[in-house]
Amino acid sequence: MRKHSVKSAAIVGAALLVLAACSSNKNEAGGNNGGSCDTSKGTLTVGVVAPLSGNLSALGIGIKQSAELAVDEANKKCTVKGYKLAVSAQDDEANPAKGAQAATKLSTDPTVIGVVGTLNSSVAQTVQPILKEKKIPQVSPANTNPTLTRGNDFLTAPKRQFENYFRVCTTDDLQGPYAANYLVEKAGKKKIAIITDGKTYGEGLAAELQKQVTKKGGQIVGSEKVGEKDTDFSGVIAKIKATNPEAVYYGGEYPVAGPLSKQMKDAGLNVPLMGGDGIFDGKFIELGGKEGDLATSVGAPTESLATAKAFVDAYKAKFGKEDYAAYGAFSYDAANALIGALATTLSSGDWSDSKRDDMLANVGKYSGSGATGDVKFDQYGDSTNKVLTVYSVTSGKWKDVETGTFTG
Amino acid sequence: MSVLLQQLVNGVMQGALIALIALGYTMVYGIIQLINFAHGEVFMVASYGGLATYTWLLPEDLKKVPYVALPLMFVGGIIVAVIVAVIMERFAYRPLRNAPRLAPLITALGVSVFLQEFVRNVYPNATSNLPYPKVFPEGALSLGGVNISKTGLLLVLLSVGLAVVLQTYINRSRMGRAMRATAQDPDTAKLMGVDPDRVIVLTFIFGAVLAGVAGILYGGYLSNINIDMGFQTGIFAFTAAVLGGVGSIRGAVIGAFIIGLIKTLAGQYMPGGTQYDYVWIFVVLILVLVFRPQGLFGEPERVRA
Repeated sequence: MRKHSVKSAAIVGAALLVLAACSSNKNEAGGNNGGSCDTSKGTLTVGVVAPLSGNLSALGIGIKQSAELAVDEANKKCTVKGYKLAVSAQDDEANPAKGAQAATKLSTDPTVIGVVGTLNSSVAQTVQPILKEKKIPQVSPANTNPTLTRGNDFLTAPKRQFENYFRVCTTDDLQGPYAANYLVEKAGKKKIAIITDGKTYGEGLAAELQKQVTKKGGQIVGSEKVGEKDTDFSGVIAKIKATNPEAVYYGGEYPVAGPLSKQMKDAGLNVPLMGGDGIFDGKFIELGGKEGDLATSVGAPTESLATAKAFVDAYKAKFGKEDYAAYGAFSYDAANALIGALATTLSSGDWSDSKRDDMLANVGKYSGSGATGDVKFDQYGDSTNKVLTVYSVTSGKWKDVETGTFTG
Repeated sequence: MSVLLQQLVNGVMQGALIALIALGYTMVYGIIQLINFAHGEVFMVASYGGLATYTWLLPEDLKKVPYVALPLMFVGGIIVAVIVAVIMERFAYRPLRNAPRLAPLITALGVSVFLQEFVRNVYPNATSNLPYPKVFPEGALSLGGVNISKTGLLLVLLSVGLAVVLQTYINRSRMGRAMRATAQDPDTAKLMGVDPDRVIVLTFIFGAVLAGVAGILYGGYLSNINIDMGFQTGIFAFTAAVLGGVGSIRGAVIGAFIIGLIKTLAGQYMPGGTQYDYVWIFVVLILVLVFRPQGLFGEPERVRA
């Protein structure tokens, strides 16, 4: 215990340093072309909360850089008259407590007009109420847990949870069943074992999958939990292997899923591992994901969308690499929704705290065509874009297998 | 039946890994009564040392030859572990040799945090899990439905083998006798011509070599490493040392195998399954400490003059 508290003190100290470092480069993303636009009224800030360090940083950095790209383009096009836009990116380390710190820091900055983030549904749970206090709109590119918008009874009695919370990706009550349909009907896997990491995202996703598998005549032969920090899964694997599953569904993210897949194979359990958008990253394959493993992810494959081509080209031109990861296009759209709503809000006067109600209403009404298709929100703050894609690991790469929407 | 056997095999493999680290805890405690909490980090650093050796020191064509690459990774990892352990002993613990016991203990915690943060900041991409190179014997032997991973087998053989070598060395060699003498009574040992500083450094080196071997095998067995691995595995190793009786070589090894077996068997058969397997390890630890505070093979605490 003693060791633990010393460690957390050190981590808190380190986090403060990171925060301090972040605030100093806030204006970096403003771009150099501000000169051609009128920016006499000052700078407004788009906040980003995502894991910029730690195991999920590949996804977090894609979110941050894509938001920076959107802000950069808006500055070049003078989308927001009279103001320069900047990005303030805060690291949440995929940790709800760190997310709360990041949100608090952003919410005390009067120039923050909205926040893009978070990656993790569990982090969103602590960030939502903090931003709500200050009426700061939050648009998530990646949270898929349905309770975030519609509450615990999201199927039977949906109720809007936070009027400031929106998301541009679809939700696990569609993603889970979509994966279940693919596994049972298309892939013909009737006996499925479930492993989860016990976090908000993984638990919710697996629960939705489980319902649909049973409905479609499949069978859940085993259900196990692993710790987020576990590394040796031999015990869990031996346990589920005894139930002879034809596929294993993992509710969680790639840092565990990759090694888990590899250890399954080593232990002689050579069946596909399937997961959700949390395992859809190249890192999954690097860490041990094997041929034939499956993942669902939100939206259509970015490379295949005509609307995404401009985004991909611009991203490559700005950052030199295509590391926008699973949520880059969504993050770009989320930032653009905020910027678009801001432009509408400011058409009737200068920015001040009294504009925040207008701003929230305008985000809700936002409608645009983005890198992921049409960007619009329903009455709960969910995206109207419900497209999902199944990917499979083929010759060491994720390859899309099927794109569609869940129809029951 | 084959599930039980499979879980026993898994438990023995986990135990073998824990044993290699537990030996370091128990030896250092035996000599200077210090719980070296940074020992788990020595294991972690060794793992990164082996990876660095593979990534930057090995020529490309040798990377594909496991019989060359693997031993060189062991050498690289062990060298890094030994250097870290020697520096740690010289600069963090030796100045506190005569300080109250709490001081070196807190220092050990500090060294542990330092090493973890150091690797996190210095090693490229160490903030996330790093994949370990595939130079280990791939695949598994199958015996009547039970899968025995080849790397796991190597792990068990090396662990038990090294423990036996260590035990023999301490019981038979001249230096081993000096170690036992220092453990029993440092002042008298000094009067008999034993140089305690040398004995203590050597103890740290032995611990580091074993942790180094464990660090490389961990990477091969589990296919990826992260900076938390030392903390996680270190806690189990420390528990194993306490369970077996801190200061006892045999106790640490047996304690480690007991922990590995409890973990896998409790995950399979106890209520709550794998989610609660850690709970049972510590239930057993508490029971042992209540009824036999010196551990299974330890000697009751000596009162020193």
